[in-house]
Amino acid sequence: MDNAVLHIADVNKSFGGLHALSDIDLQVMEGTTHAIIGPNGAGKSTLLNICIGRLAPDSGAVVFNGEVITGKQPYEINQLGVARVFQTPEIFPDLTLLQNVMIPAFARRDGAFRLNGWQMASHQAEIMGQAEHWLEDVGLIGLRNRFAASLSRGDKRRLELAMGLVQHPRLLLLDEPTAGMSRHDTNATIDLLKKIKARGMTKVIIEHDMHVVFSLADRITVLAQGMIIADGRPDEVRGNPVVQEAYLGGTNP
Amino acid sequence: MQMTTLRQEVLFMAIFTAAVLTMPFWLEPLGASYPDLLQKFAIYGIFAIGFNILFGLTGYLSFGHAAFLGMGSYAAVWSFKLLTMNVIPAVIFAVVLSGIFAAAIGYVSLRRSGIYFSILTLAFAQMSYNLAYSVFTPITNGETGLQLSLRDPRILDRTLDEAAGIPFPEFFGTEMNGYAGFYFCAVLLIICFFISMRIFHSPFGMTLRAIKSNQSRMGYTGFNTRPYTLAAFVISGMYAGLAGALLAVTDPLAGAERMQWTASGEVVLMTILGGAGTLVGPVIGAGVIKYFENIFSAYHEARLHEIFSFMPEPLQNFFVTITAPFVGEGWFLTLGLIFMLIVTFLPGGLMEGARRLGGLVVRRKSQQEPDKLATAGVGAQDHG
Repeated sequence: MDNAVLHIADVNKSFGGLHALSDIDLQVMEGTTHAIIGPNGAGKSTLLNICIGRLAPDSGAVVFNGEVITGKQPYEINQLGVARVFQTPEIFPDLTLLQNVMIPAFARRDGAFRLNGWQMASHQAEIMGQAEHWLEDVGLIGLRNRFAASLSRGDKRRLELAMGLVQHPRLLLLDEPTAGMSRHDTNATIDLLKKIKARGMTKVIIEHDMHVVFSLADRITVLAQGMIIADGRPDEVRGNPVVQEAYLGGTNP
Repeated sequence: MQMTTLRQEVLFMAIFTAAVLTMPFWLEPLGASYPDLLQKFAIYGIFAIGFNILFGLTGYLSFGHAAFLGMGSYAAVWSFKLLTMNVIPAVIFAVVLSGIFAAAIGYVSLRRSGIYFSILTLAFAQMSYNLAYSVFTPITNGETGLQLSLRDPRILDRTLDEAAGIPFPEFFGTEMNGYAGFYFCAVLLIICFFISMRIFHSPFGMTLRAIKSNQSRMGYTGFNTRPYTLAAFVISGMYAGLAGALLAVTDPLAGAERMQWTASGEVVLMTILGGAGTLVGPVIGAGVIKYFENIFSAYHEARLHEIFSFMPEPLQNFFVTITAPFVGEGWFLTLGLIFMLIVTFLPGGLMEGARRLGGLVVRRKSQQEPDKLATAGVGAQDHG
């Protein structure tokens, strides 16, 4: 539990004159669920974008599993074991739900490129089985042959969660995984994420819903205006007056 | 990838094979059953199937595929000139060469997507077209076109000591004109269709579809998309090269006009007209366009007067004047109209039309069935 899977080392990022991230230094320990919270515009999503290679930091580096991943292509970072669920669902709208989950499963099994043009249907059973398993877990198995474009926003999120989980990543980055979901679905998602935690998958989760954050997180980092203003166990963060001032609105949640 | 079983695929292939091989019979009533046109159906079918692997699956719209068609023709004719009149080396030579050519063009063009990709491919094709007329005239023979001549070395044939005179491309003794030529093209069409079907139903095909659906997501999912799109581009370039070779096989000369942008545009039309991303759509689109091209371009004013001869003279003249611009040289006007109608009302092409008709029939049936049940129920009550 004491080795860091992800180390964000002194990362800076500006957009024009705006300092989105200033000297962020953050470690995510193996097997933990690490929540990053903060008001809108605090730089949370920018941080995740840097982790998956969507944005390049101005300075600093991201180290995953002892390897510097800044400057790598997004697909290389994913192949190392980092998967992400996006804030606005990023799915394959023209494919069926089952195919949506099979695609990342293929990426996991076959690597970044493989010309498997002649694979027979029977050999796909393994991948299809995995995809069905995770669709079942996120509660979408009944819609497996529907096109993903027809899903509601909440269901798209759950689909994307299945797409992340089917890869068994070492590190799963979740950007507001329950936004737009009903209370019932939110609780189902929390249960699912707890179940995965038991299997030792490390997670970084960005979330506005404090119910979700405090049910899942082992450690919480609070960002405000691109800086870390608090970092610690949930009870420490909850009691931190700076955090309450900046984010939790001065009231005890 | 649709979830198809092996049995479904076999059945599908059997139907397709039967339909292609019996084309001379069932096209007879349509007046399209002569070898020249049948050969064109098969050849442009192959061209469109290949184009569809790129455009239909990955969504990359190439406006330069005619370059590979022309490349295939030149390669095949050179094979006839230098090696042998046998079509096998010609076809292999053409496919390999256009594949290499496609790899080079694709490597550069695929760095961009959307309209920039289309423009890049168009630029490369036009460049090839102009080079064929200028710098490469020793290879392409410029405007005259590349033709066979008596002085050709034909190394392999000479050793066999064959008869003098300009021979015709042959397949181990069978000359590739008329129906023999059609059946040679038809068999290759069936093989090409089979390969395309396997690609459509394979994980590779599904990956290509996913690229079309959301390319940036593919990166975060762990796929390096560039080799996938390049593979699709090369495969479709090889299909185009094969089609070009077959054009030379059935009529052994090659001209640069085959590389012109209108030829590239034509295959786009065929694919969209039939239904991009569907399996048989492009073949049907190619057939429809080549058929109408033949029918409408053959009409002329005298023929129109004949058709409208049942009308009184002034009315007849009036109708002839209206319809004349749409036939003969002006048949492209008709093609344009058909294309506009299809794209406006059936964006999925003719295949979508077929699907809608199918859906209508099924709905009719299911509407009829409750009626039947109701009548049966009434009858039962009567008996009771």
